[in-house]
Amino acid sequence: MKHQWSGRGWGVLAWFAGIVFFAPVAWMFLTSLHSETDAATNPPSIAAPLTLDGYAEFFDGGAWPPLLNSFSASIGSTIIVLLLAIPAAYALSIKPVEKWTDVLFFFLSTKMMPVVAALLPIYLIAQFAGMLDNISFLTLLYCSMNLPIAVWLMRSFLSEVPREILEAASIDGAGLITILRRVVAPIAMPGIAATALICFIFSWNELLFARVLTGVVAGTAPVYLTGFVTSQGLFLAKVCAAAVVVSLPVLIAGFAAQDKLVQGLSLGAVK
Amino acid sequence: MAVLTRERSVVDRPPPVPRRSYPKWARRAPLLPALIFLIIVTQLPFVATLVISFMKWNSLDPTNRGFAGFDNYVNVFTDPDLRSSVVNTIVLTASVVLISLVLGLGLALLLDKKFRGRGFVRTMLIAPFLVVPVAAALIWKHVLYNPEYGLFNGVLNWLGFSAQPDWISSMPMSAVVLSLVWQWTPFMMLILLAGLQSKPVEPVEAATIDGASPFQIFRYLTFPHLRQYLELGALLGSIYIVQNFDAVFTITSGGLGTANLPYMIYQTFYQAHEYGEASAAGVIVVAGSIVIATFALRVVSSLFKEEAR
Repeated sequence: MKHQWSGRGWGVLAWFAGIVFFAPVAWMFLTSLHSETDAATNPPSIAAPLTLDGYAEFFDGGAWPPLLNSFSASIGSTIIVLLLAIPAAYALSIKPVEKWTDVLFFFLSTKMMPVVAALLPIYLIAQFAGMLDNISFLTLLYCSMNLPIAVWLMRSFLSEVPREILEAASIDGAGLITILRRVVAPIAMPGIAATALICFIFSWNELLFARVLTGVVAGTAPVYLTGFVTSQGLFLAKVCAAAVVVSLPVLIAGFAAQDKLVQGLSLGAVK
Repeated sequence: MAVLTRERSVVDRPPPVPRRSYPKWARRAPLLPALIFLIIVTQLPFVATLVISFMKWNSLDPTNRGFAGFDNYVNVFTDPDLRSSVVNTIVLTASVVLISLVLGLGLALLLDKKFRGRGFVRTMLIAPFLVVPVAAALIWKHVLYNPEYGLFNGVLNWLGFSAQPDWISSMPMSAVVLSLVWQWTPFMMLILLAGLQSKPVEPVEAATIDGASPFQIFRYLTFPHLRQYLELGALLGSIYIVQNFDAVFTITSGGLGTANLPYMIYQTFYQAHEYGEASAAGVIVVAGSIVIATFALRVVSSLFKEEAR
């Protein structure tokens, strides 16, 4: 009897914590659907009529170019990262090179260096090469930012491919291409998808490099957001609508990769 | 099944000819593009930073460029603003990591229990981590903290409190910390939850039968198992939060004594154009990170060895 009650108590507590943490997100959604006057009341008006004005204003105010820039930098860098990381991960797990752990830890160590320290020289290189305010340059930077994560993740996914199957396939005379296509790819596919989603999220969220290296032409969605609140008039609904739109791809990608999210964020250290 | 029968048939055949082994370079080939790319894009800029940190270089004064020796480092260490940004970085990182780790542990322990709607609660708890950091900072600044019509003061008003504090100006650092704790607690929770769920069940059952109390089970079984996950969470969290720029930039614009090192470097180089000093500060950040990274790498490698066993 007592045990059952305490079980229910924990459930209530967990629900309470969940609601507290989710409240700002819920409030952001709700406010984005209110009119500016209803969004700026005290006490807050929860049951105010809903409208899409905030979203309309956000999209009419020139949100498309930064959103498209963000998409091209995030998707472009994710594709390049996968093309570089998958062969590298293969050489670190399925057919490991000598000293493969050292190589693996070198990849990881680059991720632990703070990017701010590289900001100035990268800015100078971009300036020298005439690549300031250019989305391709930002895409390349995002590749270097995500490559170590992708190599670690892909390695941890590829090492889940059972050795016995690989050996059996090669004894049966399957060539490298057949083994990759018929044996490795099907097992590694969920891992590749999760890696892609996680790289996408990191690129999409990035602000510091985008802020320093881009301007009017190549500005990404996070940069656009920082310049969004200029007037001190009523803008809460619009800010919330903007935050919802910009966060939506990350929310979708994050929940799609939910099962592998921990593995990704801990660089494959936690299963 | 197919695999099994084939394996058995191998036994009947003469032992297979040793597989044609690829030359070393062919094994290394798939690794090289990634490795070379990473060395060029991440290592060379650090060398450049190191070089520039010993130069006198302000882009607004291009004629006066030259070797500065350790002047930039002396300036960085004697400049009170830069010194306070070092302190701010430590305070910000330590408090966000510790608070979100403790909250994350609590939430992970709750989610490890069975209750109705557990999957839904888990989804609600992950959501804060999946809001774009700049967007989250904007929401906290304008929609939650705003003294006139922010949600916090709205709720206070609702509950009948007359106090309507101006959260950001009265407690700027706590305001930044709180918004980051909200975003990072889910991260810690996910790592710790993975740790809890990989915990072997038998010892806990045995301990329960032997009459151990829930606290004893936590203290002597759960906690030791979780230790490496706590370490991993703390170190990964530190690495990400030491570099935090979005929250400081958005919520306080580095004002009110909240500027951390990344913000300070951004400002020294982007607004003050002091390239030499910005680089010296960058080198100091790298040195600090190497200390954290050494510990982090050790933890990761211990998890790594355990997995290989």
